[in-house]
Amino acid sequence: MAHSHDTRPRYRFKPWNVGRWVIWSLFALVLLVAPMVFSAGFAVSLLSQMGIAIVACLSYNVLLGQGGMLSFGHSVYTGLASFVAIHALVAAGAGTLPLPVSLIPLVGGLAGAAFAVVLGFVTTKKAGTPFAMITLGIGELVFAMSLMVPEFFGGEGGVSGNRAAGKPFMGISFGPQIQVYYLLAAYTFVCTAAMFAFTRTPLGRILNAVRDNPERVEFIGYSTQRVRYIAFIVAGFFAGIAGGMYALNFEIATAEVVGAARSGAYLLFTFLGGAIFFFGPVIGAVLMVLAGALLSEFTKAWLLYLGLVFLFMVMFAPGGIASLIMMNLRVAAFGKLRPFLASYLALFGTGVAFLLGSAALIEMVYHLQLGETIGSELNFLGATLDINSFDSWFGACFVLLVGAVMFEMTRRQFVREWDHAQEEIEREIKRREAAI
Amino acid sequence: MSTASPAGAAEYAIELRDVRKSFGKTQIIRGAHLAVRPGERVAIIGPNGAGKSTLFNLISGRFGSTSGDILLHGRKIDGLKPYEVTRLGLARSFQVSNLFTRLSVFENLRCAVLWSLGYKYAFWKFLADLRDANDRAEEVMKMLKLDKRRDVQAMNLTYAEQRALEIGITIAGGASVILLDEPTAGMSRSETARFVNLIRDVTAGKTLLTVEHDMGVVFGLADRIAVLVYGEVIAFDTPERVRANERVQEAYLGSVLADQQAAHAGGH
Repeated sequence: MAHSHDTRPRYRFKPWNVGRWVIWSLFALVLLVAPMVFSAGFAVSLLSQMGIAIVACLSYNVLLGQGGMLSFGHSVYTGLASFVAIHALVAAGAGTLPLPVSLIPLVGGLAGAAFAVVLGFVTTKKAGTPFAMITLGIGELVFAMSLMVPEFFGGEGGVSGNRAAGKPFMGISFGPQIQVYYLLAAYTFVCTAAMFAFTRTPLGRILNAVRDNPERVEFIGYSTQRVRYIAFIVAGFFAGIAGGMYALNFEIATAEVVGAARSGAYLLFTFLGGAIFFFGPVIGAVLMVLAGALLSEFTKAWLLYLGLVFLFMVMFAPGGIASLIMMNLRVAAFGKLRPFLASYLALFGTGVAFLLGSAALIEMVYHLQLGETIGSELNFLGATLDINSFDSWFGACFVLLVGAVMFEMTRRQFVREWDHAQEEIEREIKRREAAI
Repeated sequence: MSTASPAGAAEYAIELRDVRKSFGKTQIIRGAHLAVRPGERVAIIGPNGAGKSTLFNLISGRFGSTSGDILLHGRKIDGLKPYEVTRLGLARSFQVSNLFTRLSVFENLRCAVLWSLGYKYAFWKFLADLRDANDRAEEVMKMLKLDKRRDVQAMNLTYAEQRALEIGITIAGGASVILLDEPTAGMSRSETARFVNLIRDVTAGKTLLTVEHDMGVVFGLADRIAVLVYGEVIAFDTPERVRANERVQEAYLGSVLADQQAAHAGGH
């Protein structure tokens, strides 16, 4: 208001502000230093993929965590943008499109937003379960299209481009992976900051309100459909940037990038990381790349383990890893974390036993599936198991059962202590409130 | 006629003309007439199932009416969406608290003022910089005496606090016509007394329509009382005259004591 003097407090919130600078600086620092610490070619490639996944999962969380929209087709926007970006890359290389390679992700972003404008208009007409079903349908539709329109999708072989085709600028050709990494890291940082900023805007907050109570939103002047639609376009834009980053990084787009498996992965890992908190999907994205690259190296049954972890999280920690971290930070802030260290150790020990037993069983069952051609013995973490030996099966079952029982007992004990600590914290908060 | 005059000069803040509403074959509202002058406080009373909440749902755009006209400041509003009605300056509360459960008290109120201050779907401005929205939210929070609970999530408030926030969200946007659907439902006597004062404060100078079962609240708050029985307004007059009205006695007030006892026993 024009007449007001600057005596009233500005509503910039709370002690978080200093902390926020620290956190963002740290984030930039990590992006900067990571490839120096993990400098092997393989590691830099993984780090690049993490950057892409971070942008993709954060964009997914605009829908899931912030807007309460459960989408089963987010890869439509990352994937289609990848295709547009790769075509743009080809055109830029051929000289028909005067565009520096570094702006290719932005082309992806605009493509993602454009597809969201068109497809999202139908999708966001509905909320809740119908919304989820429509996203599923559109996902299937686009995947089917990818095989029917080889001119755009390149058929089975996909479309490939060459990011180093342009003229080098100040010695930067984007040929070496490390140069691409830093470009992607810059995009990751800017997009993360932009999506965080989005959560602090009027639309970002009303989107939360739509998540919590769409009906009431209509009675404070907002069209929920319009709110969902605009948020969907915003999510599509950032998903598109992730798709463009993908095109630059891999220099190829195949039908798999618009597939349901990828949409499922965004959902799964965003949830695992924690959809309630802004930074949750970042954790999820890092895990997504690690699981896809490393876990799949260790065992053929990696998807099964992933499913088990997902199941476990849904049952015991529906807020994801981020909420586990935040809950422990809260307990620590009230100086009550120390007594839990022993419990955590016990949970960890029994959990490992449970995991070892079940993993041994899973691996033996998998081995059984593969048939006799490779022999009856398998190597499990240095130990030799034999699928024809009673001892191996018995041993694995025994470890599994004992681990499970012990884990459940420690878990119950832990839950009691935890609830007690939470009650004490609630009382403490009430007391502080009363003291104001 | 009022339909032709500009919004500010309309004779009535809210006018219902022969409004009807059917669900399937059942007619719930059977030709309701009501004309509320600007600044008036009107209580709508009537037996359970008389259609009080349905009437609110029709006025606020939650349901469409089957026939008849609903006018807000002389302007026809039936057929409009709830958010369109809200933008024209009519706000309502709900019988069962209808809050943004995972947002804090402050955020609930700030959301409620954004549209009225013209911020619409902006995603190029920071909430923290919107001085007018923040000031208004703080102001309403103080009126509700919820300022100590500023950062508590709505779902963690006590029942009475949730009822207060429910009213707060309704009035925060500065609507000139306020509809309150059983604002004191489920409250203790002392809370109710405090709440009636709160309602009087926050709706000062506004047109107020309230559905209410508690006769103490009705006679304490209302300038005029509309009695709704089986979807018709059978009386619309000052509290004294409504009390003396034979038809009202017969249809409703005679049995209201029993009704109220049942309501209290049922915690409704």
